Amino acid sequence: MIYEKYIRVLYIDMTENKIRIENRADLCEYLGGVGVATKLLEENIKPELDPLHEDQPIIFAIGAASTVFPVVTKTVAMFRSPLTGELGESYAGGRMAMTLFLAGYDAVVILGKAKRPSYITISRNDVGFKDARALWGATSDEVGRIIREREPGGGKRSIIRIGPGGENMSSFASVCVDTYRHFGRLGLGAVFGSKNLKAISIVGDRSVPIKNFKDYFKVYQEIYNRVTDTEIMSKYHDVGTPINIEPLNAVGGLPTKNLRQNVFEHGESISGEAFAQKNLVRKMACTGCPVGCIHIGQLRREFDKGHEYEVISVGYDYELIFALGSFLGVKTPNDILDLIDVVEQMGLDAMSTGVVLGWATEAFMKKLITEEQTIVPLAFGNVASYKKAIEYMAYKENDFYSVLAQGADKASDVYGGKEFAMTLAKNEMAGYHTGYAAVVGAAVGARHSHLCNGGYSLDQSMKEFNKEKIVDTLFAEEKERCMLNSLVICLFARKVYDRKTILAALNSIGNNLTDEELTAIGERIYRAKLRIKKALGFDQMSVKLPKRFFETPSMSGQLDEKIAYELIGMYNKKIEEFMAAENR
Amino acid sequence: MPKVLRADGMNKCIGCFTCMLACSGVNRQNYSLSKSAIRVKTSGGLQGKFISIVCLACRDERACAEACPSGALEKRPGGGVIFKAQRCIGCRKCETACIVSAVHYDEEENKPIICKHCGVCAKFCPHECLRMEEVDNDL
Ligand code: SF4
Ligand code: SF4
Ligand code: SF4
Repeated sequence: MIYEKYIRVLYIDMTENKIRIENRADLCEYLGGVGVATKLLEENIKPELDPLHEDQPIIFAIGAASTVFPVVTKTVAMFRSPLTGELGESYAGGRMAMTLFLAGYDAVVILGKAKRPSYITISRNDVGFKDARALWGATSDEVGRIIREREPGGGKRSIIRIGPGGENMSSFASVCVDTYRHFGRLGLGAVFGSKNLKAISIVGDRSVPIKNFKDYFKVYQEIYNRVTDTEIMSKYHDVGTPINIEPLNAVGGLPTKNLRQNVFEHGESISGEAFAQKNLVRKMACTGCPVGCIHIGQLRREFDKGHEYEVISVGYDYELIFALGSFLGVKTPNDILDLIDVVEQMGLDAMSTGVVLGWATEAFMKKLITEEQTIVPLAFGNVASYKKAIEYMAYKENDFYSVLAQGADKASDVYGGKEFAMTLAKNEMAGYHTGYAAVVGAAVGARHSHLCNGGYSLDQSMKEFNKEKIVDTLFAEEKERCMLNSLVICLFARKVYDRKTILAALNSIGNNLTDEELTAIGERIYRAKLRIKKALGFDQMSVKLPKRFFETPSMSGQLDEKIAYELIGMYNKKIEEFMAAENR
Repeated sequence: MPKVLRADGMNKCIGCFTCMLACSGVNRQNYSLSKSAIRVKTSGGLQGKFISIVCLACRDERACAEACPSGALEKRPGGGVIFKAQRCIGCRKCETACIVSAVHYDEEENKPIICKHCGVCAKFCPHECLRMEEVDNDL
């Protein structure tokens, strides 16, 4: 809690409809955000129970500088992932961090299971358990609209909710935050579903007096000016993250058609510029972010014969264009927006959805699965089939789609095709076939996301291939991001938030830390994550990499499987030493 | 020449709320959305447009000031009003008098929150939705 020497944790028991608040001084050594959430996860997780058991916790946390500095906008969610069975960690922006801050909670722990479909309301002086029976089955948009009208706090409120995918506990169901942001990865939506939890509405209407206004505001202005002056503004605001589609395609790093190709022949027609010219209608921001990277595209869709049209607004960015575009051979912005909308309404993670469908398409082509199972014929570029298939996954339409809804790794266990199930330690790959650091980075990353340690970015900046350098950089970056995510900044602004800036910001709000302490915090958090992974039975050395990564050339040329495993081994040795060093 | 705030670029608004956080921060020294004199909100959920509710800087006649029984709202040169807190009795008449609902209310302090046309929000708006305009002195 800002200006206080404790972390204020709200515990919600959905079985008993009871709450409890604890002011935990001991959590301060984890700073906030992912640090606090990791510690709370470690305390509450049940390694012996299934990820979707009602006794498993959902943790949310905001950080030590949330909302009070520019672009410090994210909330972290932690849970046991139903997709990987191990560490679940996901970030979302929107208004959620602001509302938690102004409701007066640093972290929320949700346990138990409601007897019937429910939603929770959180405000500074109350927590409500509400009937959501009529909302069960509603799409993400519908439930947002209904709660918006029923609950108070407009403008100072955040509504997070699941769609049918979460209700039916698809292993990669997402949680939608304020319409355009998501806890996308690793299946938090399914954990909501397992608790009969449809939505949470949070109202933040406190006012917190600012101490040492002059010091604080000086630092605030410096950061604001750097954020708005530097190139991150143009990069993320102008065309937005899809600006990367064209250059990555040009250098052969854009995973295409289930990574059968590293270049998409229609790359140009799905480029950031193409979206901007044809579909972009507005941009939006998370609360407290002057950048505004959220790009909204408009799609006019015929819903009935006789020129009956609807206009829908869909958020898009790089990862979605990769997953539902190039990876599935879908070649126009309109078709991609159409697919994004279905994913959105069903409440699934767009990246996993695309990569899972990529596997299914190839498995169908190779006759590992039949049309009796898939119901519709799957083929790269067949948008009509994909739209149906996405709904079938969310509703677990038949046995096949029930398996598919558990991810590409599980599906390939059952139906074969492991060598082209494009997952890394069971999490579907991200949109970068850039080289060893991308593959190895996600394989060793604590949550197996490209954002654990930014391997894809290291591939692009590394001048010369060097094994030690890859391993050392990934390791250092993983620890650094543990620290950054305890604040919780949006990683788009990571260049602005260098160590000096972070220290100035924290000091100006009375958190007097040193550079060494920041390092120690990052390490403490990483160690806690590794402890959790171990307790959940994760073994780094048993991770199998799909052959396809080594068949289709990457941006850095053909990759050698042996080298990738060697790098994983080197990394594993490093973390073993890292863990042993603590006990010494 | 006096200046007044004009919120006429709201079509470009990205909903970052920086203006509100800056107004509350600088003028009220609070981290808050509730203490801001400008309110940004959506009309119809996040798929709707952003609109702002802030003093329009009425000239000649100011309904809020006319409604104030204790003379706490003085005409501000160029438009709008100057709030004299020590004269305010917290009757909330100004709040209802302003037909654009630009008089917000601070429940903690029991005082109205009215824009003083200082320009801080415009300075921190990253997308030129807000600007300051030089106007003649109408007094
Ligand atoms: S507060 Fe309302 S009535 Fe008073 S000057 Fe501003 S717009 Fe006019
Ligand atoms: S002009 Fe000043 S008082 Fe008025 S809304 Fe902007 S920051 Fe607040
Ligand atoms: S600062 Fe500008 S862009 Fe941000 S909410 Fe206010 S008016 Fe909109």
